[in-house]
Amino acid sequence: MTTPIDLMILTLVVISGVGALAVKDLLGAAIVFSAYSFLMCLAWAIMGAVDVAFTEAAVGAGVSTVFCVAAVFHTTRRTKD
Amino acid sequence: MRLLALIAVVLTGGLIIFHTGDLPDFGDPNSPASTHLSPYYLEHGEGDTHAPNIVSAVLADYRGFDTMFETTVVFAAGLACFFLLRRKTEPGDKPRMYRHLPTGVTLRIKSGGTFPEEDSTEFRRMDSHFVPHQIIIKNTCRLVIPFIQVFALYVVAHGHYSPGGGFQGGVLLAAAIILYAISHDLRRSIHRFSEKVAALSGSLGVFIYAGAGALCLLLGANFLNYEALGPLLGVDAVMARSHGILIIEIGVALAVMAVIVWIYYNLSSAGKHDEGL
Repeated sequence: MTTPIDLMILTLVVISGVGALAVKDLLGAAIVFSAYSFLMCLAWAIMGAVDVAFTEAAVGAGVSTVFCVAAVFHTTRRTKD
Repeated sequence: MRLLALIAVVLTGGLIIFHTGDLPDFGDPNSPASTHLSPYYLEHGEGDTHAPNIVSAVLADYRGFDTMFETTVVFAAGLACFFLLRRKTEPGDKPRMYRHLPTGVTLRIKSGGTFPEEDSTEFRRMDSHFVPHQIIIKNTCRLVIPFIQVFALYVVAHGHYSPGGGFQGGVLLAAAIILYAISHDLRRSIHRFSEKVAALSGSLGVFIYAGAGALCLLLGANFLNYEALGPLLGVDAVMARSHGILIIEIGVALAVMAVIVWIYYNLSSAGKHDEGL
């Protein structure tokens, strides 16, 4: 069963996934990727998988964004392709 | 080359989407997973392990072997980051910035010069890119960090009863330390939670997990069959499983916390452990 809120979140997941690939600024891509993780966390929570949602929020939206920002900080901010 | 990659991605994606029709519907009660496996866990889970959160029971007890190697993989990731990134820096190979605290004067000491003592009360080391004194950020983080840590301990200890467990709690503990490192500076964070402690507690976490399994083996049961711990803990078999889940979750939390902090130290300072984000 698909409710309107499911559709809304899944659409935003696709948009933010494509956005994270399309953005030229790598710091921006890291932030969009964090938004993607947060939307996935909402999707898990709606499906009732609260443990997975918790992990996604802590690891995907929190720590991995910090790692991406740290990596961008020490390499380059603009992507070449 | 890019065209080739695009064709490969589109083909694989198309194949996957084409075959999603063969999968059972989401939440279908007649799918194979819902007719054999899930009912068993739901009916026997609480009776076997005394853990109302079936996810914890499955992760830490029924599928404990999987989780042990997941913890080992996390630890291996920390080690890989360490071996790839960590480099030893000589004390005087780069100019350093110091602030003279009584006067507020900033000093730039060239390589080869005499640096003040590490624990000097007059001079404080500054990052070479200028970071202003952010009193709001620092004090907010000082207020928030203890609550994050207490919540993390709750998540670890309450993992059988509510969503959470070792992995999530460990990530939260690590997030508290990373928040400290970002809001203050990396050197002070390393002073509080050093690289040595991170490496040792990472391996200690994996050791607790594998050690609990080996202890069961020594007491005459299968590897990671916590029933055998019952006589040792003075409880019956079901409660022994419950306590076994708690023991290995503490191990997982320790390993995950240490490894994530360790990776952060190496990534944020490019392996030099002197100036972070």
